[in-house]
Amino acid sequence: MLPEIGQFLLVLSLLLATALTVLPMLGYARNNQTLMLTARPLSHVLFLTVMASFVMLVVLFIQQDFSVLYVAENSSLELPLRYRITAAWGAHEGSILMWVTVQALWISAVAKYSQSLSLSQISRVLSVLGFIALGFVAFVLFASNPFETIYPVPADGRDLNPLLQDFGMIMHPPLLYFGYVGLSVAFALSVAALIGGEINEQWIRWSRRWTNIAWAFLTMGIILGSWWAYYELGWGGWWFWDPVENASFLPWLAGTALIHVQAVSERKNAFRGWTVLLAIIAFSLCILGTFLVRSGSITSVHSFAADPFRGIFILVLLAIYSGGALTLYTFRANQLKSRDTLNLNSRETLLLANSLIFITATFTVLLGTLFPMIFEAVGKKISVGAPYFGLMFFVLMIPMAVLLPLGSQLKWHRDDMMAAVKQLLPYFILTTLLTLIVWFVFKPLNIRAIAGIYGGLWVLTATIGQWLKQPGRATAGFIGMSVAHIGVAVFLFAMSMTEHKDIEQDILMSPGVTKQVGGYDFTFLGVDRVKQENYQAQQGHVEVRRGDRLITTLNPQKRFYPKQQMPMTEAAIYVGWTKDIYVSLGEAVNKEGAWAVRIYIKPLIRWMWFGGILMLTGAIIGLFSARIKRQEDKQRDQVMAQQLNLS
Amino acid sequence: MTMRIIFIIISFIISGQVNAIEVYDFKNEQQRALYQELTEELRCLVCQNQNLADSDADLAKDLKDQVAEFVMNGQDKDTILAYMVQRYGDFVTYNPPLNTSTVVLWFSPFVVLLLGAGILIYNIRKKQS
Amino acid sequence: MKKIVITLIPLTLFVGLVTLLFLNMGFHNETVPSPLIGKPVPAFELPQLYEEGTMSEEDFLGEPWLLNVWGSWCPNCLYEHPVVTDLAQSGQLKVVGLNWKDEFENADAWLNRLGNPYHTILVDYKGNVAIDFGVYGAPESFLIDANGIIVHKIVGELTPDNVQNEILPKLAQLK
Repeated sequence: MLPEIGQFLLVLSLLLATALTVLPMLGYARNNQTLMLTARPLSHVLFLTVMASFVMLVVLFIQQDFSVLYVAENSSLELPLRYRITAAWGAHEGSILMWVTVQALWISAVAKYSQSLSLSQISRVLSVLGFIALGFVAFVLFASNPFETIYPVPADGRDLNPLLQDFGMIMHPPLLYFGYVGLSVAFALSVAALIGGEINEQWIRWSRRWTNIAWAFLTMGIILGSWWAYYELGWGGWWFWDPVENASFLPWLAGTALIHVQAVSERKNAFRGWTVLLAIIAFSLCILGTFLVRSGSITSVHSFAADPFRGIFILVLLAIYSGGALTLYTFRANQLKSRDTLNLNSRETLLLANSLIFITATFTVLLGTLFPMIFEAVGKKISVGAPYFGLMFFVLMIPMAVLLPLGSQLKWHRDDMMAAVKQLLPYFILTTLLTLIVWFVFKPLNIRAIAGIYGGLWVLTATIGQWLKQPGRATAGFIGMSVAHIGVAVFLFAMSMTEHKDIEQDILMSPGVTKQVGGYDFTFLGVDRVKQENYQAQQGHVEVRRGDRLITTLNPQKRFYPKQQMPMTEAAIYVGWTKDIYVSLGEAVNKEGAWAVRIYIKPLIRWMWFGGILMLTGAIIGLFSARIKRQEDKQRDQVMAQQLNLS
Repeated sequence: MTMRIIFIIISFIISGQVNAIEVYDFKNEQQRALYQELTEELRCLVCQNQNLADSDADLAKDLKDQVAEFVMNGQDKDTILAYMVQRYGDFVTYNPPLNTSTVVLWFSPFVVLLLGAGILIYNIRKKQS
Repeated sequence: MKKIVITLIPLTLFVGLVTLLFLNMGFHNETVPSPLIGKPVPAFELPQLYEEGTMSEEDFLGEPWLLNVWGSWCPNCLYEHPVVTDLAQSGQLKVVGLNWKDEFENADAWLNRLGNPYHTILVDYKGNVAIDFGVYGAPESFLIDANGIIVHKIVGELTPDNVQNEILPKLAQLK
């Protein structure tokens, strides 16, 4: 009964999404108030039906209803309750249903928190969002239905993929979806603006807040993904430049460009077309990423199941949404006239330069990810991996870091470039000194490490200095920007240390033997067996000492999940303030109990993710900008007054 | 062909995430570092986008043995990479070579950046009061 | 008009991108082409499974031959075995086996069970020669001409289809 209800709710959602697409837009075209007024209520009802169908799926998992194919494939009688709930979005079908749920939630939120927009604006925005929801609900119903039933009903399920039985992997997809879907708001605004041929400050200001939230979620999602890969995949890397990782990184890069350009275009009537285009690109990359992950057309270590039909379906969605938006852009972008003057010596120039660097980075990642495809088209094969992306990012992000403090130093509208550069001189000297000290302590360092450390310290000293010199009380906008930029600095510095000063050793260890790696003594105590609810494991014990002091005992595991016939390496990690000590277990080498063990010492790796958290914190602080708040209140009053006059 | 692809995917899922840790007795730290650099840059051909260092496939183990042997015999990075590329093609390295077919890959980002900078400055100048 | 040409650029790039993605869904495959095509067979000196003494690449000069890489552990070698047998029995060319990463007992049992179609079987249990040939999975087959030049490579099992449409036409060209 429940699967049928879930399915019925999805069909209902499809109809509601269709109504949301058609009615308000029709109302806008005919200037019919009644039709436009349907947009908000329809959005809320759509959210209720989609959410209800998602809840059905969770209930099916809790009840262990193996008559549902998706439940049978991703759960089992032994699976603990917490993973049964999260398995609802563990595999493809459920995760797309979750996407739709998040999309509907976001639409409902947009409907609620959009009082500063006029009815004609919000009805267009919601209609575009409804159209996006329509496509994805259709995708769930026709290409990845989680409510499909099987007969005969199996006695037990096939269990959840062990890689997904983990906190990081449970939170990673929803966070990314919040980010992807959040970017759809800026996209919808762009399309709505292009349809109407007009866009104004308040509209951009409104969408900027949604972009900030989306970008914060995206950042968190990527951090979690990186963290997960680091501790769960057992090879100690935090970023592999795998196509699936790139797929989540692309919207982030474009979103970063978008945030900075929105700061320009919410103040000035300039580069509005560029803002609109960036919003379209950012959301298009979300769909493109989904395509790359789900279609199987790229070779990735993370892609679990590929289905050409699903691939084609997403490609069609991409063609409709992005193709449609870009077609509109082609013919309407010139109507978004830029009237205001700009000056080369101003903060605006630097923000636009930032968007250029980040869009070039987006282009580079996209090119590197798709280049093997171009080669395949002519029957050849090539690999593009970490060495390429690493070098390219090094070259692109150096100017970014160099120019960043200049951007926050220069005033809006018009400033004296030479004076600004002079203001930065003390930070330049301080940075040089600090870098020399770091070099002296940690030498040898190669050129890339030094450049990264220099860049990090440069951004850090200048940002803190500018904050201290800030006259009067700092606004939320300024604090948000500074916190985010300190995040950039922390990331750059920590990443340079992690990448260039890490120690990796594969060694053979017999029980009782002590080996020294990176100034620590590792004593191997041997391996025993442990048994858990749904796996068995061999567990090693390694004592870590510095001098005479016992720092920790690490227990890396080699697990075996009998249901899925799947072995897994579970690394053991000691988390310190300045470094991680990471031990993972290889194979037993001989009968005397010697094992191959991999030991990593990763300096500052946590700080790298912490830098990311600072960046997203900055984006969130920016939301509370009082100036924006005041202006929004004023606009809302205006809109209200207009509506009163109309009625 | 489809069958083969499906087979590769299935075998990947079943194989799960297992560390392959090979232990070699290198003469010094430079050799160990070179070995690590090479096994991170070389691709495991039978895997789904993994480098040799991370892979536990049989072939990856053979290739790691081979790389370690060369490193211990004192061969340099370029020689070992050339050896691999000669046998498996450019696909085996994650660092694509620079030649006529990869010019676009290596240089178009800079063309985009410079072109963009030109357009940006031109547009701002035009709007300057 | 001129302005529309500029705003048309993103759409044009996008159409190109989607076209590439669409086409790729058709031609994407996991086979790595060999750089050894058109090059001489790598030098080797290998023992044989059943006969005494080693053989080198020079022993095969003078007529075209097919080197078939297999192992008793390899499931797809089982599928291609009848095809290899048919090809060898047709007498159109010498079919040589390369028993890769195997053990004598297993290989011997496998051949006793299924029959031995090979002219001779070279043995590479360490896998060094296979690396020289750029082998990355079994089965793989190399078509080599009378002068010891590698003409063609099939990755994966031999099928009636690729024997008919790839091996035999190439062989006919050699003669």
